[in-house]
Amino acid sequence: MSPGGHAGFIIAAYAVVLAVVAALVVWIEADFRAQKRTLAQMEDRRAGAAGERAQP
Amino acid sequence: MPLIALANPSRFVALANRVLPWLWGATAVAFAAGLYLSLFVAPDDYQQGATVKIMFIHVPNAWLSMFVWGVMCVAALGTLVWRHPLADVAQKAAAPLGAAFTFLALVTGSLWGRPMWGTYWVWDARLTSVLVLFLMYLGVIALWRAVEDPSRAARAVAILTLVGAINIPIIKFSVDWWNTLHQPASVFRIGGPTIDISMLVPLFVMAIAFTLLFVTLHIAAMRTEILRRRIRTLRLLQAQGANVGVRA
Repeated sequence: MSPGGHAGFIIAAYAVVLAVVAALVVWIEADFRAQKRTLAQMEDRRAGAAGERAQP
Repeated sequence: MPLIALANPSRFVALANRVLPWLWGATAVAFAAGLYLSLFVAPDDYQQGATVKIMFIHVPNAWLSMFVWGVMCVAALGTLVWRHPLADVAQKAAAPLGAAFTFLALVTGSLWGRPMWGTYWVWDARLTSVLVLFLMYLGVIALWRAVEDPSRAARAVAILTLVGAINIPIIKFSVDWWNTLHQPASVFRIGGPTIDISMLVPLFVMAIAFTLLFVTLHIAAMRTEILRRRIRTLRLLQAQGANVGVRA
């Protein structure tokens, strides 16, 4: 490949794609971890409350 | 496992947990092969020179921008006809991905257009109809956020999605129906592709890589959305329990 005078356009195009794809991956993974953590905390609290009710 | 069993959100999450590592691996392998073929094997174009390398990322994103809307249309039918919550989840998870692929098609197209056409942007039918598609994705995302109840939001979004599908054939055939600066179809056309096989193979490998990326991210985002809905249900149950406690 000999990019000539247009190397900047080619590099910019690939860089934008890389940045957006990386952002999508990080956002989806971070969102999943946050939801999983919240759900685990809520289920722990529910289990704790159910345990307290079950005690005489 | 029968297909209908996957429509159960809990089973879907379990299946997603099992298949996602494999999908991530397949996506990485496809991108490695596609980038190698695109950047190091495919020749420069005799007219465009090395700028043709932008085609290998522009075209798959442009295809996906329309494909994702198609996926949302199928999910919209699932919402309106069968009222299935997993169809709602599929619709919601696909919209930001479709917006991202459409954004990338527009940006990479601009960066390809400047050295080839002498301009980043022109209001021709192809570019304008793709910009309209991008705005429609943003509208769908805004509508999901505007309506509190997910099932009501899903029905509104489903109608918007199916009405908006009219734009897909307009995008596809815009280069045939109107005089555009954008070139006519050169891969999916009646007379066969006009691109040389040495560029067509890397293009298809990159298209497979981007499609695998979409499938992987879509399943991951659907899994997250299912968890979000469980949290919402638990919060509603907690609030109802608190109200009962107050009344008692």
